[in-house]
Amino acid sequence: MAGPADAAVLQVLKLRDALLAAIRRFFLERDFIEVETPAIVPSPGLDVHLSAFEVRGPKGEPVGWLATSPEYQMKRLLSAGAQRIFQLCRSYRAEEQGRHHEREFTMLEWYRADASSEEVIRDTEELVAFIADALDQPAPEVHPPWQRMSVDEALQFHVNLTLDSLMHDEDRFFRVWAEEVQPRLGNERPIVVTDWPASMASLAKIKPNGMADRFEAFYRGVELCNGFGELTDAAEQRRRFERDQAARMAADAPVYPIDERFVADLERGMPESGGNALGVDRLLMLLLGAPSIQAVMPFPLERL
Amino acid sequence: MADTSDIKKGFKMLMDGVPYAVVDHQFVKPGKGQAFVRTRMKNMMTGAVIDRTFKSGEKLEKADTEERTMQYLYPEGENRVFMDTRSYEQLSLTDEQLGDNVHYLLDGTEVDVMLFDGRPIGVTPPTFVELLVTETEPGFKGDTSSNTTKPATLETGLQVNVPLFVNAGDRLKIDTRTGSYVERVKG
Repeated sequence: MAGPADAAVLQVLKLRDALLAAIRRFFLERDFIEVETPAIVPSPGLDVHLSAFEVRGPKGEPVGWLATSPEYQMKRLLSAGAQRIFQLCRSYRAEEQGRHHEREFTMLEWYRADASSEEVIRDTEELVAFIADALDQPAPEVHPPWQRMSVDEALQFHVNLTLDSLMHDEDRFFRVWAEEVQPRLGNERPIVVTDWPASMASLAKIKPNGMADRFEAFYRGVELCNGFGELTDAAEQRRRFERDQAARMAADAPVYPIDERFVADLERGMPESGGNALGVDRLLMLLLGAPSIQAVMPFPLERL
Repeated sequence: MADTSDIKKGFKMLMDGVPYAVVDHQFVKPGKGQAFVRTRMKNMMTGAVIDRTFKSGEKLEKADTEERTMQYLYPEGENRVFMDTRSYEQLSLTDEQLGDNVHYLLDGTEVDVMLFDGRPIGVTPPTFVELLVTETEPGFKGDTSSNTTKPATLETGLQVNVPLFVNAGDRLKIDTRTGSYVERVKG
């Protein structure tokens, strides 16, 4: 017998169906093609504060990791000549569970070859407005243009601290950011925060001002996406990967291998590109005013 | 040793020698950054609520607490005496330790007494208790509205807002989590 809990799940299924259809319509109208890349990958990403699920075969032999994002493989498609690609896929993060985190979640990732992060920021603004309209969610504040601030401006505006004063202590930076700054971002309308410290963006290129060409959008205090003007220099990418591996070793975190084929494809040549990764569950949660991403998933861990 | 992955509602930890119970918690992780667990906790000795943010993975010390079902016996000066229903062992808590819960104690009421390092520090009363109205303005017959209320004093001294039809001598069901009126009961 179907009960009220089932009705809620059916409602979630309907909304997700509409959301996924709207995302596909948005990108197909803009001449993107939808791509698929593997869930089991030879390297799950080397960011220091990232934890991946290891995958083992039937005899217990290690076969790889569940992808924390499809980034390496999608960029390899750019090296292969793909121009505009998007993907809707599951990404997996170990040790992340909370109202805005789930070990398995839906990621929307897209890339534009021969483009900058600016064009991808514009995509993001238009996409979110398009989806709000498609889902019939009255959210006039998400229509472009969004607010803009650099990391330094956001810190000065909300906690009266400069980025410089925090840079000698990354832990303190993240604590201040998580506790004092982020909850205040994007409450009136979404905001795009740019110019992150170079040390916090291993896969982004460096801007002439010395900051990373990285942006994040926040809406109602929640991080919605993370995008880059992509790094295309293979030697520099390898140096950063080795630096990340050393940092992981120092932090007593598992040291994942470097994805050699990704680096080789950068070497072969990847066009200047912009890319972005957006949390689909978070977007739906925010547009609906739901209390958690679990509320907009049919099978969050707690009901699995 | 526990760590932040053990944090959930009701988890009890020791900080600077004081036991705290987790009231609310949220996992936060800035993109590309260190993860934290923002935690709201209640000081189990004083009831004061504080916020503390732990680094994800940080070690925590579990508080050595124990809950025992006991029966309320009688007041003794500024203390209240309780008895373990199995061992007949008696112990007492001060009115200050009991706080608002003092208003839910009738002779024989069973409560959960929280012990920290073997010493009582507080009680959890039953979720619902039934108490007699000792004083309230007389009710009007036929007034069934529950939207308008009036104050009433109950046999333990508890003050609650009740519907107009409630009279002195009525027995009421009270929700001890909120201290509010639920319904009138027969008896």
